[in-house]
Amino acid sequence: MRNPLCEKVVNIKPSGIRKFFDIASEMKDAISLGVGEPDFDTPWHIRDEGIYSLEQGRTFYTSNAGLKDLKIEISRYLKRRIGVEYDYNHEIMVTVGGSEGIDIALRAMIDPGDEVLIPQPSYVSYEPCAILTGAKPVIIELKAENEFRLTAQELRDACTDKTKVLVLPFPNNPTGAIMERHDLEAIAEVIEEKDLYVISDEIYSELSYKGDHVSITQLPGMRERTVLINGFSKAYAMTGWRLGYACAPQIILQQMLKIHQFAIMCAPTTSQYAAIEALKNGDEDVSKMREAYNQRRRFLMDAFKRMGLECFEPYGAFYVFPCIKEFGMTSEEFAMAFLEEEKVAVVPGTAFGDCGEGFLRISYAYSIDNLKVAIGRLEKFITKLRNR
Amino acid sequence: MLREEILTTIEKNSRVDVHELAVRLGSTDEMIAAEMARMEEEGVICGYHTMIDWEKTTLDKVTALIEVRVTLQRGQGFDGLAERIYMYPEVKSVYLISGGYDLLVTLEGRSIKEVSTFVSDKLSTMENVLSTATHFILKKYKDHGTIMAKKPEDERQMITP
Repeated sequence: MRNPLCEKVVNIKPSGIRKFFDIASEMKDAISLGVGEPDFDTPWHIRDEGIYSLEQGRTFYTSNAGLKDLKIEISRYLKRRIGVEYDYNHEIMVTVGGSEGIDIALRAMIDPGDEVLIPQPSYVSYEPCAILTGAKPVIIELKAENEFRLTAQELRDACTDKTKVLVLPFPNNPTGAIMERHDLEAIAEVIEEKDLYVISDEIYSELSYKGDHVSITQLPGMRERTVLINGFSKAYAMTGWRLGYACAPQIILQQMLKIHQFAIMCAPTTSQYAAIEALKNGDEDVSKMREAYNQRRRFLMDAFKRMGLECFEPYGAFYVFPCIKEFGMTSEEFAMAFLEEEKVAVVPGTAFGDCGEGFLRISYAYSIDNLKVAIGRLEKFITKLRNR
Repeated sequence: MLREEILTTIEKNSRVDVHELAVRLGSTDEMIAAEMARMEEEGVICGYHTMIDWEKTTLDKVTALIEVRVTLQRGQGFDGLAERIYMYPEVKSVYLISGGYDLLVTLEGRSIKEVSTFVSDKLSTMENVLSTATHFILKKYKDHGTIMAKKPEDERQMITP
């Protein structure tokens, strides 16, 4: 028989931490700080709108780009939050989570051989999605001394004459790093000079703890070069609804829409009705959740300081990224030993790129009581290591 | 601002200590302690209570909500009557209410009989009380913003991040 498989797919490395998670999920009494999704339930008024839409029998497909009312609410939301205007009719589409947006944005823009810049540590799907388009992914290794922000120099150094797209993943999973306005201004110059396009994954935009999130689309000349990806998962605790959106100049968006309509048809209808409610009446929920995350973030930073664990202060998402280099173990060794000895699951930094070596991703999408127990065990564990 | 943040945080859990509050709110121990003291002084913080599901204990408790309709004489307000009612320790709350009746009284007793006796002997016989209607609480589903029955469980699954 012939090999049934596509070489490009087979060659994609399976996620390095699959094995680790399999062990963690088998361990019954383990507590996890590994999950990358909100611990809150979707606010009830949003769920209720989803239920109501089902009661009303709104179980049809929507138009490919999504419900008109939802697209209008998205454009109002962006105007309100970042002051950028998108035409709901031609520049906004509703996707199956932010993940789909990333995939189709790359597919719409990349020809084989084009280079895609991917800053790491970052979310695991950029690189495989880029590879599937035939692109050459070029990794930019972000550095702890820059608080894992992307600098103009790093960007410039990574560019060749084949570079076409920069993936901009801020606020960042797994580091919690953000890009402030001056950071964005510095890279915007290089983007302009090198004539790059940007896929800005701003799924964690509402979870910013140092003033309001700044989108690269707010800077002069950048909106025209950017596909803005966002969604409902993190801001409104709606991960399971699978709903996101992409905004881009019409010339890009109409090609993305083409892929979307053939591959997906449309995003889930129930979720779209619920999302209208989220955007109309959800601002207060978002700010309450943000405040809760922020308290936990401060709590963890204080605990690390007390136990002398090195960690830069992250201002976004719901992750902290402490450094464990002092223990002379790899991230995976540390995480595995911590799991076995203290029954707490954290994610090795290497799951998000080789340059995550020496770091751990700790999620604070857990109640403060949970965090207290887990931090107690971490303190015990590192004391033990230091005495060995 | 700090005041509101403190209140929102301790509204659900008054046992958070000063240092933890300071850490979580990005403030200092001294500022939190001073603000708490001020709020206690001003009567903004009126007490620290424990939420108990008495159903799960061996103590018998019966709670009733009593609607009270009153008639007032010229020059009298509700306050005097309310005071006469709330002075009883078994009365847990007294609210002045808009709508079909005037006062809503929450009463706690050991048995239905005890509550009934209070209503018939004490409350109904008060001057100015026109009528009462007593509703016994059969089950508390949610109290003070807390759902009583459900114990939340983390159902999130392991997913490659």
